Amino acid sequence: MTGFLLQRLLATIPVMAVVAVVVFLLLHLGPGDPAAVIAGDYATPEDIERIRDRLGLNEPLHVQFLTWIGQVLTGDLGISIFSNLPVAQLIAQRVEPTLALSIGTLILTVVVAVPLGVAAAWRAGGWLDRCLMGGAALAFAVPVFVIGYILIYVFAIKLSLLPVQGYRPLADGAVPFLRHLALPVVALSFVFIALIARVTRASVLEVLGEDYIRTARAKGVTTFRLLRRHALRPALVPVVTVIGIAFALLVGGVVVTESVFNIPGLGRLTVDSVLRRDYPVIQGLILVFSAAYVFTNLIVDLLYSVLDPRIRE
Amino acid sequence: MNAIRRNRSVQIGMALLALVVVTAVLAPPIAGMDPLRMTPEDRLTSPVAAHPFGTDMFGRDILARTLHGGRISLSVGLMVAAVALAAGLGIGLVAGYVRGVDRIVMRVMDGIMAIPGILLAIALIALSGATLTTVVVAIAVPEVPRVVRLVRSVVLAVREEPYVEAAVAAGARLPRLLVRHVLPNTLAPLIVQGSYVCASAMIVESILGFLGAGMPPEVPSWGNVMAEGRTFFQIAPWILFFPGAFLAVTVLSVNLLGDGLRDTLDPRLRGRFQ
Amino acid sequence: MTDATARTVLSIRDLTVELPVDAERAHAVEDVSFDVQAGEIVCLVGESGSGKSVTAQAVLGLLPPGQLRVTGGAIELEGEDLRTAPAARLRSLRGRAMAMIFQEPMTALNPVLTVGEQVREVFETHGVLNPSERRERVIELFRSVQLPDPERLVNTYPHQLSGGQRQRVMIAMAFALEPALLVADEPTTALDVTTQARILEIMRTIQRARGSAVLFITHDFGVVADIADRVVVMRTGRVVEQGPRDQILRSPSHPYTRMLLEAVPGLEPEARDGKADSAALEVRNLSKTFAGGGWFQRGRTVEAVRDVSLVVRKGETLAVVGESGSGKSTLARCTVRLTRASSGEVLLAGEDIAQLEPRALRPFRRRIQMVFQDPFRSLNPRRNVAAALIEGPVNYGVSREEALERAKRLLGLVGLGDDALGRYPHQFSGGQRQRICIARALALEPDVLIADEPVSALDVSVQAQVLDLLADVRERFQLAMLFITHDLRVAAQVADRVAVMSKGEIVETGPVADVFGNPRHPYSRALLAAAPGRGRL
Repeated sequence: MTGFLLQRLLATIPVMAVVAVVVFLLLHLGPGDPAAVIAGDYATPEDIERIRDRLGLNEPLHVQFLTWIGQVLTGDLGISIFSNLPVAQLIAQRVEPTLALSIGTLILTVVVAVPLGVAAAWRAGGWLDRCLMGGAALAFAVPVFVIGYILIYVFAIKLSLLPVQGYRPLADGAVPFLRHLALPVVALSFVFIALIARVTRASVLEVLGEDYIRTARAKGVTTFRLLRRHALRPALVPVVTVIGIAFALLVGGVVVTESVFNIPGLGRLTVDSVLRRDYPVIQGLILVFSAAYVFTNLIVDLLYSVLDPRIRE
Repeated sequence: MNAIRRNRSVQIGMALLALVVVTAVLAPPIAGMDPLRMTPEDRLTSPVAAHPFGTDMFGRDILARTLHGGRISLSVGLMVAAVALAAGLGIGLVAGYVRGVDRIVMRVMDGIMAIPGILLAIALIALSGATLTTVVVAIAVPEVPRVVRLVRSVVLAVREEPYVEAAVAAGARLPRLLVRHVLPNTLAPLIVQGSYVCASAMIVESILGFLGAGMPPEVPSWGNVMAEGRTFFQIAPWILFFPGAFLAVTVLSVNLLGDGLRDTLDPRLRGRFQ
Repeated sequence: MTDATARTVLSIRDLTVELPVDAERAHAVEDVSFDVQAGEIVCLVGESGSGKSVTAQAVLGLLPPGQLRVTGGAIELEGEDLRTAPAARLRSLRGRAMAMIFQEPMTALNPVLTVGEQVREVFETHGVLNPSERRERVIELFRSVQLPDPERLVNTYPHQLSGGQRQRVMIAMAFALEPALLVADEPTTALDVTTQARILEIMRTIQRARGSAVLFITHDFGVVADIADRVVVMRTGRVVEQGPRDQILRSPSHPYTRMLLEAVPGLEPEARDGKADSAALEVRNLSKTFAGGGWFQRGRTVEAVRDVSLVVRKGETLAVVGESGSGKSTLARCTVRLTRASSGEVLLAGEDIAQLEPRALRPFRRRIQMVFQDPFRSLNPRRNVAAALIEGPVNYGVSREEALERAKRLLGLVGLGDDALGRYPHQFSGGQRQRICIARALALEPDVLIADEPVSALDVSVQAQVLDLLADVRERFQLAMLFITHDLRVAAQVADRVAVMSKGEIVETGPVADVFGNPRHPYSRALLAAAPGRGRL
């Protein structure tokens, strides 16, 4: 078990190394002078020179990389070109709304999608299954911002049930916090519920064809017990895997949802920084999101060993 | 082939997709209007006979913009699928067959997968300028690792098959082995994967447009048109609605096509009822 | 067990099970009738497609829903009609009044629950005993099926147990509530012979002690001879003959039963004249070690083959027999160079090919060919027979026309017509495919043929034909044949000499009559003693 954990932990090192290299090279991949790209169309030669100097672009590439990686490893993500504030500080200020949105989406998704998927698999081909599969196909086809605007139009503007936009921190009280979070979480959850329900359905359907399900039926086990104890648990491994992989998708959704609902989180910071070509902030954000992805998948690996004893050895 | 043609999902998907493609190809005669022509006196008109889908804040016709936008969005979807599949197939075949390369390639793929796709795409576009090429490449790059994994897993499974071992024992050289025995097995899953990549690429294109990091504003794509409707969605929801509906129908039809192909081409499902 | 007080536990009358409309025949099972009395074991025997498993599943109401349907007849368990019983009643009978054991011990247990939990679930489901008594009962049951260290074993997961141990867990589960009827569907088919012998012994003991009625499904007449009281023979969904074991085995009345029994190879080897020809294949001190994967398992290595030496002469068959995990298949793969040996030599006509690089190896490949176990996976499903047969010769520069001519000749030789050329593998039966594979191997005109369990996946009647074909081509082309098998009867029939493998090593080798008649190594003796039906067939 500890061996497994240690191995997984070590395996994240090459992944993060690749991420670091890609993030570092991003600026140098494009055509032309990176400093000119960052400075934008209306920059004077002095502006460009100043940026070049600040980012150390006059050094040889490998020196730049080593300097940068050394700073990153000590927690220094650089200084924003736009606001002159440390990137780490900018990111820390914006973490809460993004975490709230992501965790809310995760909870809503799992609570809704897993039971739906199991029910659809149990009566595969039945009305619930057809409705679910049809709904899922639709949810995949509509971009999250369209869903967001429809929800705002119906629940905030027409029915005036919930606030149109904005965010209230948890410190302001649970009710305003949840009222502001409700629509964004629902909007973002649509596609994930579709995804997880489909995967759960497929996985349970496959497990239901296993020999040990027949063994359980031969024991006289009831349907509910059969589904919960014999079918769902082994079926959860692929579901958890997809949740881990879908984290990357979630980040994309968060970026869009925060823009739609005007939530001051990391997603908004990302969009703003991209539009301002605030390169150190973009780098820092990609690094943080990638590290979060790697961390999530580390937890997923641990969950495997809880769910499936065969992986524990 | 007959099984594919008889599949309900394939039929519906093909019909819807054909409809969208026809409207995109025949955009000029159907719309009868230049998607870029501004008529300031008609700005933000709700749908009427002259402008069935209404107009935007510059008085440009949404119908024309939606149909012309379909050309761009569909092309982006197809081109991303082609680029991602070609790159993924090449890398995946090599990774699956050459042990030494495999470890390195797969670590790099894991790294790319760890970077959220949309972030990578907007960063790539922001730093290299928005053109059709950069948009296609930027959307395709994050898709490549998944195609590589798919191809590699097929190769690893197929090379253990006794019929491949029999071919090795019969003196078949590597290129022949790949072309005759391995490649045909990757085609079915690749086609299925390709349809999903295509669908997701169109969604990503719209998101990039929405965030202001997609195709240049003068080129109408579904994403761009919707992005311009953002500010006015309370008073002019049609700017968002019509291109959104076209996008949804297109993505839905491509996904249906993919599901149908998967159900008919997946050898595991096929073997069961023979 | 035919005393006058016998009580009928299971009575099947005119059972008919319908197949889906697009299937090749209308009924999986048609008008099947037989009884099982308390305290007796009835063997339901037949080849694949005979409907024996469908019959078993129909009894417990476990037919795959939507695909197979009971459309006629009656199934009575202690006088109660199961066909008309409501689902809830059936469920309460399952596990309590009737239980089932399945073929695959590897997949029949839930991988995420401990084996103790899974046996305990029988009590929980039927509300029997209180929690602490249940624990005790499970340990008792484990002891009764001779599982070692039951207190510890109840807390292990299925993957931590061997196949034989898992099947004992299944038996413990099945007997937990002392059901009147036990249905066992090929319960030992996936096991090695020595394990099989112990499992049969355990089942027999418990069944005797409790007086249960057992319906035992098998394809193996050796097992029938060992365990049956009465025998029901099935063919394509119908019962062709039934009666007491000795009557069926000694004087079968139906020609199909006679044919099946004749196809079972005997354990007594046929007398053969010794071959003194030159060695075509020689393996010297061959070893193969597999290294464990990952950073933390580096130290863990598996020695699959250890210091094996053998010789196969021209026109001779050497059978390598052993149980699963003995290394016999790895030996075959190293010899054909599908994998590279860790050390040792493989001499093909005096030339060592064990470590040659691909380029240097290529000219030798054509001289040593292989026939694989699974006829359904050893032909590329997308390529027709002609493509399969000409691929090898074309690789070695034979023109397509000539290769096609050769393919036609070979198809005739293996008993298939020219019309087979344009057809695809799925259009052939397993036996026909194996013939095609033999033709493919012969197309390269090899000196050595390696056959890795070539008849294990085939029915006994087809098996006999393929074995005859292999003997015929060996004689005709003076091939040196290395024949890998787990089946002692098959080895006795095909081999001139035999090598017994265990744990990666050859423990005994010699002329087949010597080894089978007078085994010297303890392992060979145990293996021969465990052969099912020994002395009765």
